Amino acid sequence: MIEVDKLSKYFGERAAIRDLSFSITKGEVVGFLGLNGAGKTTTLRILGCLLLPTSGTVRVDGLEVTQNPYEIRRRIGFLPDVPPLYPEMTVASYLTFAARLRQVPARETAARIAEAEEKTALREVHGEVISELSHGYRQRVGLAQAIVHKPALLILDEPSAGLDPAQIVEMRNLLHGLRGEHTVLISSHFLTEISQTCDRLLVIHNGELVGQGSEGELATAMGQGGNAIEVEVRGQPADLAERLAKLPAVSKAHGRATSEDTTVFEITASADIRAEVARLLVSAGCDLLRLTRSESRLESIFMNLTQAGGPQ
Amino acid sequence: MTATWLIARRELGAYLRTMSGYVIAAVVLFVDGILFNVRALGGQQDRLSTEVLSQFFENSSGLVMAASVFLSMRLLAEERQNGSMVLLASSPVRERDIVLGKFLSAFIFLTLITLAGLFMPMLILVNGKLSFGHVAAGYLGLLLLGSAALAIGTLGSTLARSQLLAAIISGCMVVCMIVVWMLGTVTERPLNDVFFALALWGRHFPPFQAGIIHLRDVVYYLAVTYFALFVSIRVLEARRWR
Repeated sequence: MIEVDKLSKYFGERAAIRDLSFSITKGEVVGFLGLNGAGKTTTLRILGCLLLPTSGTVRVDGLEVTQNPYEIRRRIGFLPDVPPLYPEMTVASYLTFAARLRQVPARETAARIAEAEEKTALREVHGEVISELSHGYRQRVGLAQAIVHKPALLILDEPSAGLDPAQIVEMRNLLHGLRGEHTVLISSHFLTEISQTCDRLLVIHNGELVGQGSEGELATAMGQGGNAIEVEVRGQPADLAERLAKLPAVSKAHGRATSEDTTVFEITASADIRAEVARLLVSAGCDLLRLTRSESRLESIFMNLTQAGGPQ
Repeated sequence: MTATWLIARRELGAYLRTMSGYVIAAVVLFVDGILFNVRALGGQQDRLSTEVLSQFFENSSGLVMAASVFLSMRLLAEERQNGSMVLLASSPVRERDIVLGKFLSAFIFLTLITLAGLFMPMLILVNGKLSFGHVAAGYLGLLLLGSAALAIGTLGSTLARSQLLAAIISGCMVVCMIVVWMLGTVTERPLNDVFFALALWGRHFPPFQAGIIHLRDVVYYLAVTYFALFVSIRVLEARRWR
């Protein structure tokens, strides 16, 4: 669906992106990760035919962005970090305008709008003026305009920016609903959102691609492969870290006291060994307070890649 | 429906749905009314109908240029300001459609404002005779002058990031195009001919004001409109490089 080869973009002397190469196959949901100023938005704007590259090639559905921008724009839906809205319009008239602009035939427009509103839960504000909607609703209207013409490729730049926690969960559910119908490229600062929504990650740092693959593949490449588990126990049991490290499949286990009478052990293993860990703790007579998969793995991968410019 | 007309229709709706369009229309008509009463109808009592009409078109020409600057300032600068330009730029429409659509909407709105003042020349019928040919020529001149000023305003709006800056740039360009006529009065031939020919108002509008249509003047206003819109399209296309 997308083939990017040695893509660079310079603004004057400054390189926003340098020699980016990656590909995305049809139907994939790919997360684009990077710090502020890493080059995510520049890359997405080039893919959306809003910006021309300085060098390199970008093909969307086999078409080159510099040669066929109008043809490509028919096939993409683009949601920038600030939704492109006309505040004085109603949701219905705005989506009608967006659909007609994307060459949806007049006789199909109403059905397409109804479908987009259904997916983005906008039916109840169909006739409302956009300026009177909450930030969460405006973001949904932005998403609706991007999908109203059923594009093959959906490019979403920070779709959850500025949303409150409840709205972030809603947005994540909306993005889940888009899976299967479109190839999706999402840039986001919310690692949980990326982790739960995407099949694959592209990590960009200082304009260069520093990592790509699934979360597991990146973890393996960073030496953090397998399953990470966190265990919280009462007290500070001696030699428990050594006993955990001796379990089959465990590559690393270390503990740290979090208060006077609790200790947290972080265990890295090549398989899911939660049951074995639980049995060991019970047999060792420890008071088990918590046993969870580590949520911070993606965060750790991201920090390692963006601070060290890790392996690709 | 073509993309140009689609954009023009939305833009026209924006003038009618927001206060700015009504405020500009109200101010133009109010000031035009005052000037008509004071400058055209006031003063000497035995004035000819054609002199009153000519004075009315002179007053209106200034207001048409001012209205053009204020109507056009939002066209593209507002889109950049609030980020909605991305909707147009990521859709399968050409820069030409965007610029022409925006210009067309402003021109239609300006035409509505201009024609709303038609009752003023009709008032001449109360105490005098009216040449409808003179009225038609005057209005043609106003619309051509408005078209050129709007195209310059569209260019200003394409160049600026904010509406205020767009109004300042457009205003400066329109004023420069008017005062270039003064340079013609202090220079010698053939240079002064160039300055006179370029002037937006001094040479090309007075014939319309007097009820005379010269092909030369019609071509001039159409050429300014074409050139300013052409540059606007190029500026918008070049923005994809930045």
